[in-house]
Amino acid sequence: MSLAEKHAAEVKKILAKYPPEQKQSAVMPLLHLVQRKNGHVDRHAMQEIAALVGITETDVAELVGFYTLYHDAPAGKLRLQVCVDLPCALRGADQFLAQLCESLGIEPGGTTADGLITVEPVMCLAACDRAPMFQVQGPDGIAYHENMTVDKTMELIEAKRKEAKK
Amino acid sequence: MSHIVLRHRDLPEISNLEVYQKNDGFAAFKQAVSRMKAVEVIDLVKASGLRGRGGAGFPTGVKWSFMDNNNWPHYVVANADESEPGTFKDREIMERNPFQFLEGVAIASYAVGANAAYIYMRGEFWQQAAFLDEKIAEMEKASLLGENLFGTDYALRIYTHLGAGAYICGEETALLESLEGKRGQPRLRPPFPPSYGLYGKPTVVNNVETLTNLPLIITRGADWYKTLGTIDSAGVKVFSLSGRVKNPGNYELPFGRTFRQLIYEQGGGIIDERPIRAIMAAGASSTLIVADDKALDTPMDYASVRTLGADLGSASVIVIDDTVSIDWVIDKTIHFFKHESCGKCTPCREGTYWMQHIVERIRSGSGVQADVDLLYSVAKQMQNKCLCALGEFSTMAVVSGIESFDKDFKKAVGKK
Ligand SMILES: Cc1cc2nc3c(=O)[nH]c(=O)nc-3n(C[C@H](O)[C@H](O)[C@H](O)COP(=O)(O)O)c2cc1C
Ligand code: SF4
Ligand code: FES
Repeated sequence: MSLAEKHAAEVKKILAKYPPEQKQSAVMPLLHLVQRKNGHVDRHAMQEIAALVGITETDVAELVGFYTLYHDAPAGKLRLQVCVDLPCALRGADQFLAQLCESLGIEPGGTTADGLITVEPVMCLAACDRAPMFQVQGPDGIAYHENMTVDKTMELIEAKRKEAKK
Repeated sequence: MSHIVLRHRDLPEISNLEVYQKNDGFAAFKQAVSRMKAVEVIDLVKASGLRGRGGAGFPTGVKWSFMDNNNWPHYVVANADESEPGTFKDREIMERNPFQFLEGVAIASYAVGANAAYIYMRGEFWQQAAFLDEKIAEMEKASLLGENLFGTDYALRIYTHLGAGAYICGEETALLESLEGKRGQPRLRPPFPPSYGLYGKPTVVNNVETLTNLPLIITRGADWYKTLGTIDSAGVKVFSLSGRVKNPGNYELPFGRTFRQLIYEQGGGIIDERPIRAIMAAGASSTLIVADDKALDTPMDYASVRTLGADLGSASVIVIDDTVSIDWVIDKTIHFFKHESCGKCTPCREGTYWMQHIVERIRSGSGVQADVDLLYSVAKQMQNKCLCALGEFSTMAVVSGIESFDKDFKKAVGKK
């Protein structure tokens, strides 16, 4: 089934936001839709989006490369993106990232053995007063977790594991 | 004093439409649409002295008056990209005082004759976008958006639009490219957005905080607004305070309060009462200000901060104490700018790449003094050669850091 058929209501809503002759604007929200549903954006999806908004597949691929929230390859189901930018780092974000990775037995950028969690360092997320913090990018969009500790994070991950097994 | 922008601090339920309306909500928009000509709104905002809160401090009413009236339709775009490290004020405004922001968008739209406005939000603001979509729907239901507003023939729609992770999309022309579905790379200017903006049409781009000031300026008047702040910088500013302070957070203050008041009275002082060393007043894009008594007693307004050789910018105050070495600080800022450079022009693309290499060598302990000199000279050579301000921003902390905190670099390269 095509993207436009599978998510007909959402695609229609997205296209309605922009003037009919400016359909290209819809490429960003359509990419978000695919990223959220599939966990990454593959070539087939790029072709479908290109056709929907009237640009080339190369144009779409360029956008996937340019913007950090679109991924062209699969990773863990949940991407746990820890801010290690200057203000957070002044409040212990680097140590938090290192300890979290150690607890999970992975390197920054790595994925847990069960394929659930990928931990990535990222730039400022506009939450600098609540470090350490991270966002979780996954099938439900993006959610912030602020004023975190490694223990609280491990609990959160356990809860997500249980959820995933259901 | 009660808050003007962060009004939810006094009225916690203000994100509820009924509560907002009971507190004069949408009175300004109604007044503008039903009783004022567009040009009168522009003149009033000009007279208030309101300057853009996104960083450049450009007078808002003056920007609006540049809109090309021979080319239609017009657009308003709210800049909610908020990606400068240390900046987290627009997010609080949208989460807690959404209607005042949306009313500001509506007033700006009426003033420049726009029937459609877009809110460009950084992609990470996923939940905030869903929240604003709800609030916009509530406004449509209450006939505060749509056709024939307040019985006139004025019509307005507001749409949210999510970016996808790119600091450069905060730069207004890169933002417009991104909104058009392209890579977010700055356009050559001129032409500026008021003559050539979204889809090539006249467009006003304003920061979230700038727009949130508008409703109270309309209802209370320009003279009232000018009683707050300084002659050069009218009104109030939301300062995002972060780093090595006890109480980081957003603080709304009239322009003209000192760094000392912000950091020690509002922010509770430095963690463990340690000595303060440096201040970055405009996030990662700042000059590193030596935090001596003179700096601490400098009023925070656009003109005064300039006397320190720095800029107030978005007023994102990052505080650095004596536990931190400055070579580590610029390692962080350089990595940020290297990551965020859009690659369109050579000085910034190559310059940030080389700065990153050199600072990594210095930080690894295998650097020599010649590396520090080289880093300084790369940064200096980038200045005034970049297509947009990002390239320039990337050099600020490097040049000022090496100039003012030479000792730290000597120590870093003396390790081997
Ligand atoms: C690299 C760069 C990033 C910027 N990021 C933002 C931002 O996140 N939010 C913002 O409002 N302005 C940002 N600006 C400033 C905008 O280009 C523009 O001046 C501003 O949105 C105008 O609104 P104002 O007049 O209300 O301040 C940025 C500028 C540059 C050069
Ligand atoms: S200065 Fe940097 S961010 Fe700006 S256009 Fe050039 S490469 Fe892009
Ligand atoms: S530096 Fe981490 S959220 Fe801003």
